[in-house]
Amino acid sequence: MTPDTTTDPAWARDAAGIQQHVFAYRRSVDQDLAERGRPARRPVVVVGAGPVGLSLAIDLAQRGQAVVVLDNDNRLSSGSRAICFAKRTLEIWDRLGVGDAMCAKGVGWNRGRVFFGRDEVYAFDLLPEPGHERPAFINLQQFYAEAWLVRRALELPALEIRWCNTVDSVAEQPSGVRLGITTPEGRYELDADWLVACDGSRSPIRAILGLQAQGQVFRDRFLIADVRIADAAFPAERWFWFDPPFHPGYSVLLHRQPDDVWRIDFQLGWDADPEVERQPDAIRPRVQAMLLMALGRELPFELEWASVYTFACQRMERFRHGRVLFAGDAAHGVSPFGARGANSGVQDADNLAWKLAAVLRGDAPDALIDSYASEREAAADENILNSTRSTDFITPKSEISRLFRDATLALARDHAFARRLVNSGRLSLPSTHGDSPLNTPDEPGDGFSGGSGPGAPCVDAPLAGPGAPWLLRRTSVQGFTLLSFGADAAAWAVEGLEVVELPASGPAAERHDARPGTAVLLRPDQHVCARWRRPTAAAVRRAMLRALGRPALID
Amino acid sequence: MTLNTAANLWNADAFYEALIETHRGLSTEQSHALNARLVLLLANHIGERDALVQALAAARAAGVPTQEPKP
Repeated sequence: MTPDTTTDPAWARDAAGIQQHVFAYRRSVDQDLAERGRPARRPVVVVGAGPVGLSLAIDLAQRGQAVVVLDNDNRLSSGSRAICFAKRTLEIWDRLGVGDAMCAKGVGWNRGRVFFGRDEVYAFDLLPEPGHERPAFINLQQFYAEAWLVRRALELPALEIRWCNTVDSVAEQPSGVRLGITTPEGRYELDADWLVACDGSRSPIRAILGLQAQGQVFRDRFLIADVRIADAAFPAERWFWFDPPFHPGYSVLLHRQPDDVWRIDFQLGWDADPEVERQPDAIRPRVQAMLLMALGRELPFELEWASVYTFACQRMERFRHGRVLFAGDAAHGVSPFGARGANSGVQDADNLAWKLAAVLRGDAPDALIDSYASEREAAADENILNSTRSTDFITPKSEISRLFRDATLALARDHAFARRLVNSGRLSLPSTHGDSPLNTPDEPGDGFSGGSGPGAPCVDAPLAGPGAPWLLRRTSVQGFTLLSFGADAAAWAVEGLEVVELPASGPAAERHDARPGTAVLLRPDQHVCARWRRPTAAAVRRAMLRALGRPALID
Repeated sequence: MTLNTAANLWNADAFYEALIETHRGLSTEQSHALNARLVLLLANHIGERDALVQALAAARAAGVPTQEPKP
């Protein structure tokens, strides 16, 4: 769905409408209850209506879990911001009912090109094999992503967004927290069984609790310019320049966005004055010089939005603090090279929603939430490692580091090995929770030699026959899914398990290393948690219990 | 594979001469850049993790002055 002018609310129809719309503050019944001295109790309160908080809230609501989202503002973001949404994020958003809208509006891309000086040194294809519903990435301004998520959230009765609700205190209680919330009508208190902070890199919740995110701040500044250029004949690719003639000594990154808008990131160096650099008069000549180089001609353009930013690679030591959980930028931060910020945050939401819902339903012990923290802390480490390495290549910290960087780029023109060393961002891939306690390891005799092993997200594949033409579209929206290859699924009448019968040959079988009889068990977040050559109902039940954090019930 | 630090060059003197000759006419800065490219080319040729890690450590260690002999 692209914006539908017949049914969509007026605010969701175009970029200006979305960025300018002011969501109405509405008084909540909880404020009346608090005034009478009996604060309401809500099972889950999410703080922050950004891509992560909204994804989490939608996922919870789709699982039948009531959820309140508090946002201290009443507007969506402006400018491109996160921009690159990865294949796994799109697959998660498909499950949340917004993937089609995102992809209809977004610019899909798989190819990247790297230039050194004037010359192209390297091109890569992030999705070299056909047969995937979603591309490696789409480019989409963050406000569109937020708008489609809000539009979806408004369809769900179990989900309530409260704009202009600023949390100003968090008191821990035996089995929850008491929040103090400031609104335009004054302050109220609200109790929550679980509080999830998705409130961004400067997380106010983190500050209120006296917690910190620690890591490395990079001494560099970058300018983002969103420029609108009509009729710019330019492919949907990621272009990255090291040391281009139009911006000597620094790097430049170019992405195409919807609405004829181009996103350009100029590295400025640490000594640049952000106040000077964000002035249109400073930006215009930079953009014009880039266009002349990239397109071979000067073109008229309009400057839509600009920002100067710095970044840090950091994370909180623990993502769980009792009944308070941290997700997205609040929990971890990375450099933008690799598109690992918003994408990893949406994976946090994907990981947490089914676990919280299971614990609140009484299907899983509180300890299942510990696995959210451990799985996503490990994922954050992986993202920070990749992001730090990219940043060290893009912004060398010493003369010798720059010497080797330039040596690599010089060799990359003629030598394939050096292209593998060029690091303009290792682009976001979903994390595999290989060490997770929720996994049931492969039986040694089963001899799996490939495919998605325990902990990996299920790889998509095209399907023939009736039903959805893509594997991931057939997985359970609510619970566990068993992929059963070339076997009679009638034997799998396990409660809470949906069985997807698949042929033992073809792309799905190949991508899951399946033979006749192979079965692959997927968690509710589509991650593999067990697989067998010769599955039994008892083994599947045991694996489901393990994935729900209930190993004590396993014989 | 461990790093081979026994004599292994096809012709030690000829190699050394070729190495110096490769740098002829370059500024110190250009020579440093050439050396960096050379390191990357040779590292890729070796490829194997243990040998490379040992080579990095051996190169670093050789730059540390030996201790004065005790009287």
